[in-house]
Amino acid sequence: MMAFADVNYFEPWWVQIVKSIAIFAVIFAILPVLIVYERKLLGRFQGRYGPNRVGPFGLMQPLAEIVKFAMKEPFRTTTSVGFLFRLAPVISIITAVGALAIIPWGDVQHIFGQQVGLYGIDVSIGPLYVFALAGISFYGIMLGGWASGSKYSFLGSMRGAAQLISYEVSQGLSLVGVLITAQTLSLTGIVHAQEGMWFFIPQFAGFLVFLVASFAETNRAPFDLIEADAELVAGYFTEYGGTPFVAYLFAEYANMIVVSGMAATIFFGGWLLPFGLHPPGWVDPFVVLAKILLIFTFFVWIRATLPRLRYDQLMSFGWKILLPLATLNLLVTAIIVAA
Amino acid sequence: MTPYDVSDDVIEVVRSPSPSPVAGVYRVFGETLRGLKTTFARIVEGPVTIQYPEEKTPVYPRFRGRHKLHRFEDTGLEKCVGCSLCAAACPADCIRVVAAENTPENRVSAGERYAAVYEINLSRCIFCGYCEVACPFDAITMGHDYEMSDYTRSDLIFTKEMLLAEAIERTPLRREGE
Repeated sequence: MMAFADVNYFEPWWVQIVKSIAIFAVIFAILPVLIVYERKLLGRFQGRYGPNRVGPFGLMQPLAEIVKFAMKEPFRTTTSVGFLFRLAPVISIITAVGALAIIPWGDVQHIFGQQVGLYGIDVSIGPLYVFALAGISFYGIMLGGWASGSKYSFLGSMRGAAQLISYEVSQGLSLVGVLITAQTLSLTGIVHAQEGMWFFIPQFAGFLVFLVASFAETNRAPFDLIEADAELVAGYFTEYGGTPFVAYLFAEYANMIVVSGMAATIFFGGWLLPFGLHPPGWVDPFVVLAKILLIFTFFVWIRATLPRLRYDQLMSFGWKILLPLATLNLLVTAIIVAA
Repeated sequence: MTPYDVSDDVIEVVRSPSPSPVAGVYRVFGETLRGLKTTFARIVEGPVTIQYPEEKTPVYPRFRGRHKLHRFEDTGLEKCVGCSLCAAACPADCIRVVAAENTPENRVSAGERYAAVYEINLSRCIFCGYCEVACPFDAITMGHDYEMSDYTRSDLIFTKEMLLAEAIERTPLRREGE
């Protein structure tokens, strides 16, 4: 009998600390690279170069920007609510980092006679853990926008509240098809269930819904109404500058890694490779990273292509198309699995 | 004259019929894919940006850039005779000419007089080219340089020596058919 939210703690405490520090350090080293990668790629999509002035090929651009942000004077509007204004970015970044823990980077390995799972934690509630953190991360946006005491921030956070809640439903439902096919909620279990066929083939509708809902959940174009720069200046982080702004920025990109990692794990076989390739265990994290990068590239591609939706289009798309589609996918999968 | 009728100005707006489910799906996915193809083609094409300080846009032969004063190639005498017609033609009033008599000991130009002072205030110049047109001896022409920014206004007043000096070739010239 498995306990609820059972966590497979077969490792000693120090391995878990080392693992969490390693994951945190690697991801936070990747984030600035991702930002410059996105800007360069976006430039190419638009027939220009993107940043190429700082350092070789402009690779030092994020470093220069981090220095710039760190040197900025901390300020806030007189109408802002001080405590919440400072707390909100912290909520965003903590939930984003927390969600990183669940992405499986590889199977259980034997390192120095020690069993080590190449993931932060392997909770038996799997995706629910991510959805729980996503639910909290929305407070980061909501409180940040409200506590700024500015109308644009407030409008942005109000849009965010409605959008995140609407698309969370479809995102969650789109995964249920996979979960009942794999008969497990553990992400490593889901990867093992894909050894025959990656789930994006039998669950293609679910994959599409998950992808679209993920764009909305991470506030990416074409669903970036929360920070719609044409209308709302910058949305919920209009009044933020300096390091709190960087916290929001990093939280957004960390969320994108989480969502890409979820998609890679659940629909694209995690660390598995096609064509019967079975590389040694240390290759697994790189396979997952490559898949995450590919999905991230698709995020950028979509951002370069599609214009922002109107607000009523966003709502009707979420509730009238995505949700029925996700439900239908779930029903069909359930019938097939049960039959 | 007929009285104004408001209904004359009301135009019937023709709207396209709302798409059928199939057409709706096409609009969602088909057109999205077409858009993705369009943006991907930009990557294949490569950037069109001109990396300015390193690469420069070539100018046309008749481009009106910074002025040049000329000498006769054989004798080395200045073509400018200090007639001040350029200063008279200048709409921005940025040319200052002070003429002086040529003497047998000090012959500067081919004519009777020469320009003792010839200054162009490039911060005022509008690069219209009237000075070039007005000059009876083709002593002043518009060159191709357009990079003339400087830190102080007084540095933008070009003297005769600066205008006479061979310009550093900084601006590429557009070739035939480019």
